Amino acid sequence: MKREIPVRNVARAALITVLGFLIAILGNLLIPQVAELTVETYKWGPFLFNLNSFYRLVLGLIIVFYLIAGARALKRPELRPEYVKQKWFRFAMGLVLLVYDLAGTKLRITPQPFFPGPAEVLKTFLDDGPYLMQNTLFSLRLFGVGFGIGILLGLTTGVLIGWFPKVYYWVYPIVRITGVIPAVAWMPFALTLFPNAFSSAVFLMAICSWFPIASQTAFGIQTTEKSQFEAARTLGAKNSFLVFHVAIPHAMPQIFNGIQSACGNSFTFLVIAEMMGQPGGLGYYINISKIWAIYGQVFAAILVMALLFSVIIAVLNQIKAYVLRWQKGRFV
Amino acid sequence: MSQPIIEIKQVSRIYVDEDRSSDDSSSVLALKDINLEVEEGEFLSIIGPSGCGKTTLLRLIGGLDKPQAGELTMAGEKITGPDPKRGYVFQQGSLFPWLTVEKNIAAGLKARGVFRQSRDRVPEFIRLVGLDGFESAYPHQISGGMAQRVAIARALINDPQILLLDEPMGALDSFTRADIQDKLLEIHRKDHKTMILVTHDVDEAIYLSDRIVIMTPRPGKIHEIVSVNLPADRDRTSSDFLEMRKEIMRRFSKANAEADKVDMAAYI
Ligand SMILES: Nc1ncnc2c1ncn2[C@@H]1O[C@H](COP(=O)(O)OP(=O)(O)OP(=O)(O)O)[C@@H](O)[C@H]1O
Ligand SMILES: [Mg+2]
Repeated sequence: MKREIPVRNVARAALITVLGFLIAILGNLLIPQVAELTVETYKWGPFLFNLNSFYRLVLGLIIVFYLIAGARALKRPELRPEYVKQKWFRFAMGLVLLVYDLAGTKLRITPQPFFPGPAEVLKTFLDDGPYLMQNTLFSLRLFGVGFGIGILLGLTTGVLIGWFPKVYYWVYPIVRITGVIPAVAWMPFALTLFPNAFSSAVFLMAICSWFPIASQTAFGIQTTEKSQFEAARTLGAKNSFLVFHVAIPHAMPQIFNGIQSACGNSFTFLVIAEMMGQPGGLGYYINISKIWAIYGQVFAAILVMALLFSVIIAVLNQIKAYVLRWQKGRFV
Repeated sequence: MSQPIIEIKQVSRIYVDEDRSSDDSSSVLALKDINLEVEEGEFLSIIGPSGCGKTTLLRLIGGLDKPQAGELTMAGEKITGPDPKRGYVFQQGSLFPWLTVEKNIAAGLKARGVFRQSRDRVPEFIRLVGLDGFESAYPHQISGGMAQRVAIARALINDPQILLLDEPMGALDSFTRADIQDKLLEIHRKDHKTMILVTHDVDEAIYLSDRIVIMTPRPGKIHEIVSVNLPADRDRTSSDFLEMRKEIMRRFSKANAEADKVDMAAYI
């Protein structure tokens, strides 16, 4: 076992992190606005914000976030290596933000209006927050329905293909062929066949999730050792037990592989579909913002997307780690 | 004497290589004309060199495999498939890796759909095989000996009339082995459960059995059946035990020499 990283190093990493973002805050506070910029004031409950103070608030929140992460690393030594290792990257993030703030907002030497400064990106949350939120929820709903249906279809067909040789014979070739067709090829078809934009996007996400999940599930089921079925049968198991308590648990690692790659596919299709004609969603929001040439909003939507997708992936990883907890420490 | 619990009549099992079924030399006569009766409450061991068909025979009794010729019955009923009345402990690694020790043992009840009414049996069987404290460990986290004890408990929780054991201690060190042997004896004595044990350890066979079946390979046949007339509590170092051991070894090598002669004759 590796030696535990001492508290001193964790504290130093926290300090370096805080320092990086503190430099960004001080830079925003002390460097005067050189280029021309109208600074409006927004009221949020009892608080008044302008784009700069809001930007500094967000930087402050990032500092708090990393301090909490540091405190967690103090409590749980297994988290320390990662936390300590990342310190210079986080420091650099602070510096990059400083330079970006300087070039984008204070001096406005970045190509305008395409690359607004960080404060102007965050300003979107002040002047268009509710609408951005509404579109985020739209994306989340569309994703949930499409990906959810894809998972259900994929699991069902995967189990059937993996379990029944007849189904394998007749259905697997179809899965194979639809699997190699890039799902974009379905777009014209999806748009004409389905009654509205929402259901056609759901179809696209479901079909691009279907293939990896179905084929991985079938593979996991087919590779179940005969001895495990035999063990179950000597215990008095019927076929349903063999499917649900032997084959499917055995296939769980593969099922999660399938779900994870389906998840990535679905993100892509979610955004493509939204850009091609949904009445809402983050992709839609990016599109209209681009039409109005408000690039701060484009970046804000991308930021939200990055956060949203990261959270979804993290949740999926947590579920996977829980379901596959029996594998922990089984492989090196 | 009452009706034997297991009757095996003229059973043969041939493995045919399906890829080369036209080629005669590719099929293996794993068992030839096996006749055997097992009495209720008996501890029977089957010994023989590797490849003589011990596993094949046990699988047939378990209902995991079907003979090409002959018939196997349990209490007069033809054996057509696996049945929880016949508990089976595999040669190795048949535990479900995704279930904890406790849930592996409970799997027997779940498979029969009686978990709800008999869940109290689980802790009882964990205790029986001495695995208290390891309830929530996963199979890869416990030792080989513990894993086999879980497999035994899992087979026993369904209260089978017979326990079939295929070299359950084959891969274990002698201390762990002795430990499990005593556990098996304890269970055998307590419930008078019929047990059929496949092993290639002569000492183990003598220590545990009422009768020992000696098998020879190519083709797999029963050479002879030896009754072990030793007291119930056996001492591995007593002179009677050692005498018995010598006797079995002698018969064993004679059986093998004969089998080899037959084998050679087939090639000449
Ligand atoms: N599924 C199978 N297909 C083809 N041949 C088989 C199969 N199972 C066993 N055999 C052959 O049948 C013979 C008997 O095998 P079996 O597994 O019953 O031997 P065993 O006595 O249990 O040996 P061991 O002590 O090594 O476990 C061997 O020659 C083996 O190669
Ligand atoms: Mg064997």
